[in-house]
Amino acid sequence: MFDALSERFERLGTSLRSRGRLSDDDLDEALGEVRAALLEADVELGVVRAFLDAVRVRLSGEALNQTLSPGQQVIKAVNEQLIEVLGGSALKVTYASKPPTVILLAGLQGAGKTTTAAKLAAWFKQQGRQPYLVAADLQRPAAVEQLRVLGAQVGVDVFSEPTTPVEVARAGLKEATRLGRDVVIIDTAGRLAIDEALMKEVRDLAQVTTPHYTFLVIDAVTGQDAVLTARAFHESLELSGIIVTKLDYDARGGAVLSARGVVGRPIVFASTGEKMADFELFHPDRMASRILGMGDVLTLIEQAERTMDADVIAEGAGRMMSGNFTLDDFLAQLNQVRKLGSLGGIMKMMPGVTKEMRSAANSVDEGELGKVEAIIHSMTKRERREPSIIDGSRRTRIAKGSGTNVNAVNHLLKQFGEMRKMMKQMGSGAGAMPTGMGKMASLAARAQAQRGGALPPGFEALGEGMKSGAMPVRTGPKNKKKKGGRVTPPKQR
Amino acid sequence: MTIVVILLIVVAALTVVGAATVIVARRRRPRGELTAPPRAAMPSVLVPEVAQRPTLETTPTIGQRLGASRGVFDRVRSMASVGALSDEQLDVVEEVLLRSDVGVTTTTRILEELRADGAPEGVAAAVRAALLASLTSERSVTTTASSGRVPVWLFVGVNGVGKTTTIGKLAQRHVDEGRSVVLAAGDTFRAAAADQLEQWATRSGADIVRANEGADPGSVVHDALGRAKARGADIVLADTAGRRANSTNLLDELSKIRRVADRDPGQVVETFMVLDATTGQNALSQAREFLAAAEVTGIVLTKLDGTARGGIVVAIERELNIPVKFVGIGEGVGDLIAFEPEAFVDSLLDA
Repeated sequence: MFDALSERFERLGTSLRSRGRLSDDDLDEALGEVRAALLEADVELGVVRAFLDAVRVRLSGEALNQTLSPGQQVIKAVNEQLIEVLGGSALKVTYASKPPTVILLAGLQGAGKTTTAAKLAAWFKQQGRQPYLVAADLQRPAAVEQLRVLGAQVGVDVFSEPTTPVEVARAGLKEATRLGRDVVIIDTAGRLAIDEALMKEVRDLAQVTTPHYTFLVIDAVTGQDAVLTARAFHESLELSGIIVTKLDYDARGGAVLSARGVVGRPIVFASTGEKMADFELFHPDRMASRILGMGDVLTLIEQAERTMDADVIAEGAGRMMSGNFTLDDFLAQLNQVRKLGSLGGIMKMMPGVTKEMRSAANSVDEGELGKVEAIIHSMTKRERREPSIIDGSRRTRIAKGSGTNVNAVNHLLKQFGEMRKMMKQMGSGAGAMPTGMGKMASLAARAQAQRGGALPPGFEALGEGMKSGAMPVRTGPKNKKKKGGRVTPPKQR
Repeated sequence: MTIVVILLIVVAALTVVGAATVIVARRRRPRGELTAPPRAAMPSVLVPEVAQRPTLETTPTIGQRLGASRGVFDRVRSMASVGALSDEQLDVVEEVLLRSDVGVTTTTRILEELRADGAPEGVAAAVRAALLASLTSERSVTTTASSGRVPVWLFVGVNGVGKTTTIGKLAQRHVDEGRSVVLAAGDTFRAAAADQLEQWATRSGADIVRANEGADPGSVVHDALGRAKARGADIVLADTAGRRANSTNLLDELSKIRRVADRDPGQVVETFMVLDATTGQNALSQAREFLAAAEVTGIVLTKLDGTARGGIVVAIERELNIPVKFVGIGEGVGDLIAFEPEAFVDSLLDA
């Protein structure tokens, strides 16, 4: 998301970078670009104006910084303001001292409430909670059924009965208490904000259930209307936060800024895909660096921590560094990657990935991953350990066995060979990898305490061949190679 | 096979990430210590810091400005300018158009036209004329196919725009007009989508063909065509799963569904892209992608009864020449009506 916005800012960055100092005209021109970019990104007009005013104030109040170029200074101001509007720091979800913690979801029709309810339940389950779903959307045909199916998918019970929404909520809460569940998520009927009857229904629901959190579910593709929606809901419900959905669309997602700007409540969660795992805490500062095209490594690390099998990864990494990486390892890693979500989603979070790569990754489907798997599966154990023994006739056999063609097999082997070479160089070479890993490790360690958007140099080294070029903002001082900063790869038995 | 390259890069990158996290985890976790998830025994409200956070400083200003925009078209209307427009007038027009989601590009073009042509009959009339000039496509709908074939209306769109509901309402409309209808529950992805459509079928008296979740949507459409042919039904309305418009494989799947629907005995006579009026500029790229993948012949603009204006269809019609054919103006079954440009433009400007 925010792709177009980042591109625009990137362009802006380069055109300003060349100039010596920032005149009023320059500033007007730069802010004009920012304005157009924000509007194209569907940020609401009033929010855009307020945003620009604030950036202007920020810039005029500051003495011209000697170490930054004028372009960098504009981008810095835009970035800082962006972080401020997006929320500054993430909202921490805390639990009621007397369970259950009640969460009410509200939003327009089609924003994705029901799916979000299930994803949220899965998220709480992951946190070691016992969530319970209450389907109080009796309006849309089969909404209850949809939640039941999704609930079954994530292994969370769903309560509903064909009475009235208020009755369902009341009974659902009682049932949750009886079962000893500590988080209750209530899905409500989608509504058009102007619909007074339905607004009253959700208000009644809030009154009966006294939710600890009321989240507005908002769609990232929403246009200027996001502001009106958010305000209408906020006025009648007293929202505690916003959940943004469909962040995997190529929409620029300005609605996030708009809603945040007008409601003044943090965006708490973000839904980024169709899979139940495509759901994460929203991190405003990370999002801001994403806007500026800096990738989102911290989210990636967190997701990896949550879904991947650390031992498998560590083993693979060790072998990769020593140059003994086999196709079997590759297969194991591949399975880990697939757990993490869609390739496109992962690529979005990696810094230095070009737009072309991203769209290529988007077009990769499970079927093609399956093909790669099939090719490797069609090899003998020995072939997987020593790909060099694979000659012409073996290739033909593998192609036949996997239902692909020799070209595909050749390609895979060639790429694999090259990657292995690269990895080996990194492992034994000038210490590029260990340094990178040291940075990654310390970054991961810092992740809990401080959600900084710094770029781990390890990624830059790694992605040499796929760099998008100039990063708009230089992070930190030049990278000094210190011996003490190294981290040895995990020992293998 | 660029995919392999990407895969390898991702795998490599993740291996590094994974290794780093493992190292960190091992460092952080002294041996023998339990790693229970942290449970903060906090009161039931938000973290105080967050609860006390003031809203965006400028919020009152936004509020005031929004308040002002309500009557902004009145301001346009009252401008009885002749000849060239002043910058202030153009600013007001720009604001109205932008707030209606018409978009920067289209707004700029309309402003250029206004600047060049002036407003001999007042600003409001000029803006109205400029917008109407963008909405001149042919809007008739086809309900018949070549002889011996069954006409198919195919519905595409992203998630949550109201495809299934639209089909339900249109089914009722066809039945009311004396046609026998077969619904194809081609959304085999979203949980209970077929159930939702079945309820509409029951309500309207249409026939429905459905399959299990995860079934091939193409085969559902194929079966629906078979049933329609066998029973001599007049039309098939085919639902599809909501999909991102930026995913090539999902769009390929859609092309395949379209090909199946267009094969004898079926003939796709209309492909509607269902679009939610609250959608912003992304609608344009949605339209572009769906046009390429499924030869969209018309747009159904839903949820116009909300506060959103759906101005993006002006850009879509202007740039891609896809006409809006129906608009959804309420939840009732009869609340899907033919699109009328004049009424639409008036509501657009009345923001």
